Amino acid sequence: MTEPVLEARRLTKHYGHVLALDEADFNAYPGEVVALIGDNGAGKSTLVKTLVGAIRPDQGEILVDGAPVHLASPLDARGYGIEAVYQDLALAPDLDSAANLFLGRELYVVPFVRVLNRRAMRQRAITAFAELGIELPDVGTPVGMLSGGQRQSVAVARAVAFASRIIFMDEPTAALGVVQRGRVLDVIRRVRDRGVSVVLVSHNMPEVLAVADRVEVLRMGRRVATYTAAQTSVEELVGAMTGALELTNGGHPQ
Amino acid sequence: MTDPQQVAGAPSAPDGSPSGGAPSGGAPSGGAPSARQQERPARPAADWRGRGRRLGGAVAGASETWLLLALVILIVFFTVKAPGKFLTLSDFSLMGQDAAWLLVMAVGETFVILTAGIDLSVGSLLVLGGVMTDLYCIHHGGPSASWAAIAIGSLIGLATGAAWGAAQGFLVAKAKVPPLIVTLAGFIAAGEGVAYLITGGADFRTVPNRLVNTIGLGSVLGVPWLIVISFAVAIVGGLVLAFTQFGRYTYAIGSNAEAARRAGIGVDRHLIKIYALSGLLSGLGGIIALASVGSTSIAGHSFDNLEVITAVALGGASLFGGRGSMLGSFIGLAFSTVLLEGLIIIGVNEYWQEVAIGAALVAAVYLDQLRRRQRGGGRGRWAGLWPGRFGRQRA
Repeated sequence: MTEPVLEARRLTKHYGHVLALDEADFNAYPGEVVALIGDNGAGKSTLVKTLVGAIRPDQGEILVDGAPVHLASPLDARGYGIEAVYQDLALAPDLDSAANLFLGRELYVVPFVRVLNRRAMRQRAITAFAELGIELPDVGTPVGMLSGGQRQSVAVARAVAFASRIIFMDEPTAALGVVQRGRVLDVIRRVRDRGVSVVLVSHNMPEVLAVADRVEVLRMGRRVATYTAAQTSVEELVGAMTGALELTNGGHPQ
Repeated sequence: MTDPQQVAGAPSAPDGSPSGGAPSGGAPSGGAPSARQQERPARPAADWRGRGRRLGGAVAGASETWLLLALVILIVFFTVKAPGKFLTLSDFSLMGQDAAWLLVMAVGETFVILTAGIDLSVGSLLVLGGVMTDLYCIHHGGPSASWAAIAIGSLIGLATGAAWGAAQGFLVAKAKVPPLIVTLAGFIAAGEGVAYLITGGADFRTVPNRLVNTIGLGSVLGVPWLIVISFAVAIVGGLVLAFTQFGRYTYAIGSNAEAARRAGIGVDRHLIKIYALSGLLSGLGGIIALASVGSTSIAGHSFDNLEVITAVALGGASLFGGRGSMLGSFIGLAFSTVLLEGLIIIGVNEYWQEVAIGAALVAAVYLDQLRRRQRGGGRGRWAGLWPGRFGRQRA
C-alpha cells in the first residue's frame, strides 16, 4: 500500500473526565474518498478537529506524507494543504461568494497597503465554481441571500480551491435536499479525481457506500474497523459502529 | 449580536447531530445534475451584463439611494418653508463646518458599528483629546503658541484618543466585555471624569491663535479647512473600508466573527485596531472642535455619541454588523444635520429638535430590522413589515 497522505497514530484527547479519543488511529490515502463513521459521541468531530488543527491532542502523532507534523492552528493545517468544510459552513453572510472564497487569503493589487484585487478574486471565483460544476446566479450576491445548497457549494468550493492534499467534510449533505445532495457527492468525486483526498464524515450509510472508497469506523474514541466500501454493507457498517458486530475480519487496519 | 442563522449552526459541531439519520433520504446515485435545476447557471461569458444588472440593482436596492432621496426631499421642504434662507451656499458651508467633528467621528463609528460593536465614548474622547491638546499648548506659548507646539499638542491629543480607544478595544476583544458597557464606561470616565479633573471643571479658553485662525476660521482655495479636513478623513475612511483588506476584515468580523476567526483573520487584533481608530478620530475631532469653537467646551459634547450613531444608523449601517458604507454614513450625517439646521431656520422650538433626532434614531434602527428580516426571510420586499408572521429568519 502507498504511504498515507495523512495519518493519525494513537491520538488521545481528554475533555475533563471524558475520553473523547482513546488512542485513535486514522489513515487517508492519496486520491481516495474515505468515510469516517461512528455513532454519536464516538469521537468523529474531535478527531476531525484534531486533524485540521482546531484542537491539539493530548497524545499521539499526526503525519503528513509520512513526516510528523505539529498542527497548532487551522492555519498550520492549511499550510499542509489540509482544508475543512465545517458543518455550519463558516461563511460571512454579508460578503459575496467571491469574498467568502478568498476570506483570509485575499488577493491584492498593491500588497504593501493591502488593496484588494476584487477583479482577480471575482474571476478566480467564477473559474473555481465552474470547475466544480457549481452553479451560482452571481458571485457578487451576498452569501446570506443564497439558498442552503448554494451556500454549501460556496463552502465546499472554498475548501477545494485551496486544498492540495486533503479535505475534511463534516456532514456536508445533512441540510440538503435530494438534488443538491447528489451534486455535493458529485463534487466530492470530482475533487478526488483531481488527486485530492476527501474525508467524509457522515451518518448516511447509503451515501457513504455510494461515494466512499474506504470506510473507517470509530467507536468509543478509537478506530475499530476499516472496510473497502465495495465489499461491505450497511448492516456491517452499522454493526461495527454500534459494537453489535464483534470484529475480526475487516477489523484490522489495512 | 450574531446572526440567528449562524447561531443555529453552532460552531461546536457535535458528534453527529441527526441521531437516527442513517437511512434518511436514500442515496442519490449522483449522476449528472438533473435537468430541472433550481439554481440558475452562472454565465461567465455574459459577465458584463450581470455587472450592469448588479449595478442597477445595487443603486435601486442600496439604502444610500433612498436616504439620498429623503435628504433631497428634506432640503426641498426647508427651502420652500424658508425661502431665500435655507438653500444658500453659505448655509451649506456652515452646516459642513458645524458637522465637521461629527463627520470625523462618524467615520470611526462606522468601522465600529460594522463589526457589530458600538462606541459611546466618541464625544468624551473628543473632549479629552481637545483638553490634552490645549493643555500642552497653554504651557507652550498659550495664545501665541507656535505651529511646532500646536503640532506636538495635537499629537498628544490624537495619541490620547487612540490609546483610550485601544484600551476599550482590548476590553471588548480580549476581556469580552460588551462594547456597550465598555464604551459607556469610557464615555463617563473620559468625559465626566478625566476631562473635569484636568480642567478643574472650567473650560480652557486659551487656544492658540494660529490654530483658530487657520483650521478654525481659515479656508484653503475658498473651502473652509474644517470641511477640507473632515471630508478628507471621510474619503480616506471610505476608500479604506471599500477597497482594502482592513475594510474587508471589518465586514467579515461583523458578519460572522467565528467564520473570520476560522479563516485565519486575527479578529481580536482587528477589533482593537478599530476601537483605537475610533478613539484616534475622536481625538482629531477634539482638535477640530478646539479650533472651531475656541474653547474646550467640556460640557458641550454629551450627545455627540447619539448624533453620530444616529447618522451611521440612518446611513444604512446595521447595528448587528456586516452591513453599511461610508457613503451611507456621510449621507446619514448630512440628513440629520440638515434636519436640525432646517428646524432651527424655520423656527421650531429647540427642544423639538432633540425629539426629532431621537425619532430619527428609532426610525433608522427600525428600518435596519426590516432590512434584516427581508434578507433573512427572502420573501420579497415587504416581508419585514409584518414582524413574526412573514418575516421569519431562514433556519
